[in-house]
Amino acid sequence: MSEKVEKRNKLAIIAWSGTADKLYPVAILSSAAAAGGWEVEVFFTFWGLNAIRKEMLNAPPKISADFAEYGPAVAQAVQQMNLPPWHELLRQAKAMGNVKIYACSTTMEMFGVKDKSALADFVDEVVGAATFLERAKDAAVTLFI
Amino acid sequence: MTPVKTLDTRGKFCPIPVMETAKAITQINVGEILEVLATDPAAEPDIKAWAKRMGHEVVAVEKTPEGYLRILVKRLK
Repeated sequence: MSEKVEKRNKLAIIAWSGTADKLYPVAILSSAAAAGGWEVEVFFTFWGLNAIRKEMLNAPPKISADFAEYGPAVAQAVQQMNLPPWHELLRQAKAMGNVKIYACSTTMEMFGVKDKSALADFVDEVVGAATFLERAKDAAVTLFI
Repeated sequence: MTPVKTLDTRGKFCPIPVMETAKAITQINVGEILEVLATDPAAEPDIKAWAKRMGHEVVAVEKTPEGYLRILVKRLK
């Protein structure tokens, strides 16, 4: 029954969080991987999915509640550093390499998101856990962020 | 060792220098050298790691008297 899986230069991320301090790492790792010719699979679920609803993309970014007092300082630093918004970085990653972005269908239903058109335009497909597992099984790097 | 193109990433941070290097390398010919200027301290290890992965070569890295990095990348394929 056991299937032998050869690892590839592939980065697979479950993007669960909806705050900028976690979405930046998702976008930065995806960008660096895309620039280096890695395949990238990002699966947005729960608060990550909420963060890619169209109306959320232009809302002021939040950071994790534990670090809320640093929020304004982080926002200011991001601006001073000329860092693009995390979702813009992800869009650039897609433009430059083999990056696939999935939205979790169960979370969409939970949040009342009717279809893909309500989500960021970089979403490729609405899928479920089995699809992500299949696409991620040969990834050399897998992360839950 | 004379670069045919210069990419100025000074003032930009990870992952921008690597992303812009990946784009710029496609704009020179195989065997030619791209010069990358950077202030991000991660640019040296990151561009070296990227070059290794992509099959290009970092032929020189120096810190200029002004304090920024000058990285020369040779396109090999």
